[in-house]
This record gives sequence, C-alpha cells and structure tokens, in this order.
Amino acid sequence: MKKTISIAVHHLTRVEGHGNITVNATDGRIEKCEWAVPEAPRFFEAMVRGRHYSEVARITSRICGICSIGHTLASVKATEQALGIRVTPQTKMLRTLLKHAENFDSHVLHVYFLAAPDLLGAPSVFPLVATHGEVVARALRLKRLAHEWGSLIGGRTTHPTTVIPGGFSKLPTVRELEGLKKKLLSAVPDLAATLDTVKALSGAIPAFDRPTEYMALHAADEYALYDGQVQSVLPDGDKASYKVVDYRKCTNEYMVPTSTAKYTKNRLASYAAGALARFNNNHGQLHPEAKKAAAALGLKPICVNPYLNTVAQVIEIVHSYHDSLRLVDELIKKGIREEGLVKPTKYSRGAGAVEVPRGILFHEYSYDKDGMCLGGNCIIPTNQNHANIQGDFEALVPQLLQEGATEKGMEKRLEMLVRAYDPCISCSTHFLDVHFVR
Amino acid sequence: MPKPRVAFFDFACCEGCQIEFTNYGDPAFLELLKHVDVVEFREAMSEKTTEPIDIAFIEGSFTREADRARLEDIRRRAKIVIAYGQCATTAGINALKNHTKDYKAFVYGQDAGMPHLDSQKAVGIDQAIPVDYYAWGCPVNKYEVLQIVSHLLHGKEPVIPNYPVCVECKRRETICRYDDDDYCLGPTARAGCGAPCPADGIPCEACRGFVDNPNHEALVKVLTKRAGMPKGWAEEKSRMFTANQRGDAK
Repeated sequence: MKKTISIAVHHLTRVEGHGNITVNATDGRIEKCEWAVPEAPRFFEAMVRGRHYSEVARITSRICGICSIGHTLASVKATEQALGIRVTPQTKMLRTLLKHAENFDSHVLHVYFLAAPDLLGAPSVFPLVATHGEVVARALRLKRLAHEWGSLIGGRTTHPTTVIPGGFSKLPTVRELEGLKKKLLSAVPDLAATLDTVKALSGAIPAFDRPTEYMALHAADEYALYDGQVQSVLPDGDKASYKVVDYRKCTNEYMVPTSTAKYTKNRLASYAAGALARFNNNHGQLHPEAKKAAAALGLKPICVNPYLNTVAQVIEIVHSYHDSLRLVDELIKKGIREEGLVKPTKYSRGAGAVEVPRGILFHEYSYDKDGMCLGGNCIIPTNQNHANIQGDFEALVPQLLQEGATEKGMEKRLEMLVRAYDPCISCSTHFLDVHFVR
Repeated sequence: MPKPRVAFFDFACCEGCQIEFTNYGDPAFLELLKHVDVVEFREAMSEKTTEPIDIAFIEGSFTREADRARLEDIRRRAKIVIAYGQCATTAGINALKNHTKDYKAFVYGQDAGMPHLDSQKAVGIDQAIPVDYYAWGCPVNKYEVLQIVSHLLHGKEPVIPNYPVCVECKRRETICRYDDDDYCLGPTARAGCGAPCPADGIPCEACRGFVDNPNHEALVKVLTKRAGMPKGWAEEKSRMFTANQRGDAK
C-alpha cells in the first residue's frame, strides 16, 4: 500500500509571528521536511542609523511586543558598554526585578494560552472559558499581576518607558514596592494551582529525546537572567564559555533560502536557547522553591526533550516569583535612593546580552563622537532556535513515520514541537545585521 | 441578537498591540467576552474563519505587494476594519527606513536580491484597503481600545482625540519636559494615550503620530531654541514614529 503524508501548515497558530511547516513523505521516504519563516522583514538596522543613543532602545524595543522589556534591557546594556557607563547596584537590582516580571509574564502567557490548549485537546483558550473557567481566570490574574509588577518598574510592559541608558527616568517608591509585595504574596494560591495543573497535564507532553547543545548566560552568583557570560553545555556535561563581546564567535550566523530569519550554530550543527537551555546550564542556582518544583515535575538536567521547555518555563515562573520577593524585600529594607543618571564617559562600540523568555539575546551598537548611532546588530533567541527546530524535525518525522502516525497526528506533534520553543518570529526577522559604518 | 464576531489579523509588526489585549486582567477580559465572539486571533488561537466578521482588528504595516490579497480578503468579509496600532495606521516605526534607499543592501549585503526578502516602502494598511477607524499608538492605549469597542457595540461613533499630548500633560499636572531640561514632541503629537511618557520622565516621541496639520517648522524651532538640540537632529527628530506624516515623506 502506498502511503503518502502531506503536511502544509501555513502561518502556524498560537505562536508569535509567522512560520510554516511542510512535510512530504511517500512510502516512508521523506521528500521534504521543513520549518520556514516567511515573516515580513522590517530592517531595524536601517532604522537605528543616525539616531541618538537615547533613542536607540526605544526603536529596538519595537522589534518585539512580548519581549520588549528584554530588548530594551539588552539595548541599553550594549549602549552603556559603548558609552563607558557603569550603572549602580540599585539600578541592577531594579532591572533584575523587571526582567523577572517579563519572564514570569511571558511564561504564563505561553504555558496557559499557547501550550495548554494542546494538552487539553482544545484549539485555543477561548473555548476553555466555558469548560475550565477557573483556570482561565487564574491565568488572567497571573498575567495581570506580571503586567502590574513590570509596569511599576518599567513604566509599562509593552515598550517600557523608564529604562534608559545610565539608570531609570523614574523610580518606584518604597510604598509602591510594599504594594507590589502584597500583590505578589496574594498570588501564592494561584502559583500552587499552576503547579498542580501542569503536573496533571504533563502526561500529555510527548516523549522525544534529541541531544543538542544548550546556550545561556551564566553568572557566578545567581541564576543568570539580567547579566552574565555566555555558556554552552553539551549533553555529556561539557561546558564552554565565551565573553559577551565575543558573541559572534559562538553564534556564527548564516542565511538560508527558506527563511527571512538568519540561522546560527556553535559547537554542534545547531543549539537551543530558552528556559530549558537555562535550566540545563544553571539548574544549581535556582531558588530552592523552584528546585522543589523541578523535582515535583520530574525535570532533571541535562534534559534533552525539547517539548519539556514548557515545563522548564513553569520552574522559572516559580524562580522569578521567589527571587523577586527577595529583591523587593531587600529594596524595601535599603530604601530607594534618587541617584540620577550615570553619564557617558566615551562614545565607542559595545555589546550587551540578557536572557529573554525565549533565550539569550545579544545587542551591539557603535556610536560617533556626538552619540549618534553608526550601526547595530541583534541576535535574537528565536533565530538561534530555528536550526535546532529543523534538526528536531529531521529526527522526529522518521520516528513518527515508523510509529505509523497519521497525517493529522504528525501535524499536531510538529506544531506542538514548534510551540514548545515558544518562538517569537517577529523578533527573528527584525534583520539587524553586522554592517558597521566606520 | 447574536454577539458581534471579532477577529485579529497581523502583518509587519511586533504584535505588541495584540499582547495588550491580554493585559486587562480577568474581570475586564471575561466581561468583554460576554459581548463579543472572538472568531480568529492567530497569535492566541487555532480556530480560523472564512465567514463574515463584524469587527476586524488589523495590526501591522503594508510592506509587500504579496500581502495585498490577504488584506483585500479581510476587507471583503469585515463590516468594520480598525487599523490597530501605529504600524497599521501610518506604518509607525516601520516607516523609519522609508527615507533610505539602501536598507536592503545595508542589512543583507550580497543576499539582498533573494526574492523572499522583498520589502517595499512601509505604509499604513489604508494604502491597500479602506479603513473605518484608527486605534493609534505604539503600543495602543488598551483602555481606548475598550472604549472604541464599547462605542461600536452601542452604535456610537468612537471619539478619538485630535489635539496635542500637551493637553493631557496639563490635565494630569505633569511637569513639562522643557522645564526639566529635556525636549518633547508633545506639542505636535496626537493625544489619547494619557501622556504616560512625560509622567515617567521621558519625552513624548509622538508614537501616535502627529495631530492633523502639525506645525513642524515650529516644532524644530522649539527643539533647537528651547531644548538646545543640534539643528540636524532636531529636523530628523520626529521621523521615529511619523516618517509617513512629515512634509518630506517618501
């Protein structure tokens, strides 16, 4: 019997941005198996040229609506590096608190709205309002909490206002931080219920192991999100580290004809970035409560099932929550000082990196003597995952064919795989590139 | 009466305005769902429709001819089309490349000619299809969006401001950026956002675009004379979000 499989998913749903999946197979022979990115390119690099350093983060923040806090932080850090600005410890604490808010916010969105419907057999969160009303209401409450938490520090969560080179344009008051603490504490039951829900649904997460390289920031003293060096770990535990300024040496971008996004690679043919990559690199530095959550959900390093990125996100939700309570307490104890902005000491070239929800993000800019931008480069986590997604496809499709999966079943498994990476495709086709005008 | 059918669509953008839709919290969001049926929203749902739509929210700019047919199809099926967010209204930040000719070569180098990298001048969606209402801003003001929907559900015309951001700063008693040794585009920027940026200690960048008939010449004068901005920068300043509304728009 001749068996043909033909899957053509045009504009995959429940992901940020536009991606296509194509699989053609006849009699178990794969003719085509492809993850492609047709998102309209937007040319941010052409946009930052000639703009003042104070405007650059406001422009590159617009690369992505979901991780605009991360883009703003990476951009501001790169600019500060280029301008010889060293921010104060208070600024670093507040930015870390803001980074936590973004990761919490984005992970809640992904786990509840984008990934959970697959596990419940629903096409989206909307029909769940009728069948699982309390879960949807809980997701919206957590989302709202993250929005208020991020807005207190960053002004707002979509394209933050207060984060500028040298520090903050506006600081929260101790009283406002006490209000945030109260809100955080009131979310304890929702957080516990989140763990219960994910535990109950985790049986529906597909088993699929494909060892690869995992890249993330690493810091000596904390689970790195706001700052650190680049680290990559292989499935056998072998680690390599790189300075942020040398980020090109570990990302090695290249163009492919099927995608408007650039691909990357490092020690292997592809690598993964994101919550699972962070967990695999830095699990020992998670908050004790997050470690407990990992044990309860059965996630152990080095985990090589990409579908479990969603579970790693849940563990990070717990980490960001508890580490933020610690930071808020410390800020309240110390009191908030009006410090003013740290001024530029030079105008040159600099790079910065942060961990955004989907993985490690690099920005780099150079400036002329008047502080006007000469050019920039951004390498986005989703770009770094494209080649790894393609690698997963090439391993998973033969496995599914062998299992005798139906076309529909195969399509769902592939869609779920892409969704597990929580891709942010608008980000990945921003098209900033490495042309520096001298 | 059946609930109005609402759908969200996206073109060249960051999808941040769609994210704003998830930031209302549970009371407002669940209440909204009592009054409308969301029938298509690719970023959040797998359901799709080919049926008529009552209100279509379209996010993102029109940047390539290949997108025209999709826009026309949405227009054919939708009773009301709302340009949702600045990318859709005037192309916002996407238009910041329009005044340059070399953006493709500059970004892609030798790969610039690859056909799938096609991108023309970024313009608002009303350059491809007729638009009924404009939800300005980068990002949109999510409460203004609720108000627009509420007005439409009640058969009223939404009221969208056409006065400068300065009015809103005065109303909330924010110290003028110019009095704080800064600059600001508030005098010519379209209000409706509630002026959050000056209140957060940063200038208004006119992310909702200009008011109708802005006095750009006077703006440049204020930027140079009052804020001491170098002339070249002052002339370029407003391009960030208003490239397609300036006198020198390409």
